[in-house]
Parts: sequence; structure tokens; C-alpha cells
Amino acid sequence: METITSLMAISGGLLIGTAAALLLLLTGRIAGVSGMVATMTRIGAGATPWSQATAFIVGLPIGTALMTLLVRTPEVVVTSSVPLLIVAGLLVGFGTRLGNGCTSGHGVCGMARLSPRSVAATATFMASAAVTVFILRHVIGG
Amino acid sequence: MRNLFPGLIVGTIFGAGLALSDMVNPARVQAFLDVAGVWDPTLMLVMVAALVPSAIAYLLRRRMTRPLLGDRFSIPESRMLDPQLLIGAATFGVGWGLVGLCPGPAFAGLVLGSWQPWMFVAAMLAGMALHHLFTATRAPAPAFEG
Repeated sequence: METITSLMAISGGLLIGTAAALLLLLTGRIAGVSGMVATMTRIGAGATPWSQATAFIVGLPIGTALMTLLVRTPEVVVTSSVPLLIVAGLLVGFGTRLGNGCTSGHGVCGMARLSPRSVAATATFMASAAVTVFILRHVIGG
Repeated sequence: MRNLFPGLIVGTIFGAGLALSDMVNPARVQAFLDVAGVWDPTLMLVMVAALVPSAIAYLLRRRMTRPLLGDRFSIPESRMLDPQLLIGAATFGVGWGLVGLCPGPAFAGLVLGSWQPWMFVAAMLAGMALHHLFTATRAPAPAFEG
């Protein structure tokens, strides 16, 4: 895997946090990607209006494309098979709706305001993800 | 326009951050989750850095009666830890660990020339729709957070 400097990781994190901060202060809403996706596709409805949620989701690849043009081109290294990709996608879609959020809504926004629900959710998905990778790499793959 | 413009700007900054910090690379995310392997602390650095401006904004928010461009703040008030929250988070974590993609990086990564994020996003939307079908036949879904 290519190397990435701590400066890049921290700067990238600051950009993500700044985006969440701006959305809160400008519009009063939570920068939660799974919720915005549900609103955009009309699978669910939340506090964010459809146009804003859709613009936010469309902005994600635009931002990545801009960063690719200006600073660095990230690799996308996926080792998973097609069935695994599909199972993982289904679990992420179902789980984020059932648990009301993902890494952004619970991890970045909820943790920042010390919401007990978000702290519990973040600890839970971090733990289950780490256990999954452990089984995948060191039990099955080992 | 009042909704569109802030959404687009904020989404773009968010996506730029995901690319700069390499969070769009599933291998990087899995390397963080692989605590028994060659552990990669990148995701932790990104998350801690992201929490700084986010936390400052929530502190500033306390001094504001309404957001700069809106009428009111829409922040979840619930503090209840129900089984749905924990089962949902645990389910999400399994999917996240399996491939190394979560919703934000999956959408951001659509433009990086790989087909995998496209397939993942399609399956993710199907998973969300399944949840909707599940809950539509039972009690109404609770207000969501993110």
C-alpha cells in the first residue's frame, strides 16, 4: 500500500470535521452520510431536505475528484470477491438504517457532541468491524 | 438554492477530506481494523482530527438560537440506548469490516475508476430498501440521526 503522511491524514480529517461543522452552523443539521443517502433515494425521510441531501451526496465524489486533480490520487484496493461485496453492501445498508447512522453521523458528529447513543454505536461498529477483520484474516484466512 | 448550495459545498469538502486522508481506500480502512496484523493508525488520526472542528461547532451552537441559514437546529435529542441502535451498529460494522467501505467513502470512491464501489453502493441501497420494507410492515421508523 502506498504511504500516506500523518499530515495528510490529519489535514483530511480536519476537512471532514470542517464540513460537519459548516453543515451544523449553516443549516443546523447533522452531516450523516447514510441518512442523506436514504433521504436522496427517498428510502427514508429525515431532517435534511431532499435537495440538500442530494447536493451533499453528489458533492462527495466531486470533492474526491478535485483532490485527485490537485493533490493526490488515492488507490482503491479491494480484495473482496463479488459475493462478499454484495453481502457487505447489504449489511451496511440495513445496519446503518436500523442503527440510525454510520461513521459520519455517529462517529464524527455524534461523538463530537458526546451523544450517548452515538458513542455506544461507534464503539459497537468499531468492535464488530475489528472482529470481522480478525476472523476474515486470522481465522479463515490464517 | 438555499438548500442546494450549502449541501454541495459541504459534501465537496467532505469528499476532498476522504480522498486526502486515503479513507476512500478500503485496504487502508481494513488495515486500521486489523488490530492483530500490521496495524495502520491512519483512520484514528483522521477521526480524532475530524472531531476537533466538529466539537468546536457543537460548542458554538450552544450560543446560537438558530443556524446561520436556517430556522432551527435539527439535532437528535434521544439518549436512549435501544436494541435497534446496537444491533444496527453491529450489523453495519460486520459489513464495514468485510470490505472496508462505509457509505461516505463508497460514494466518494465512485469517481476513482474502480467498479467495486459501484457494486457496493448498489448493494447498500438494496440493504436500505430491505430495512424500509421490514419496518414499513411494522411500527413506524424512529427519526434518524445520520
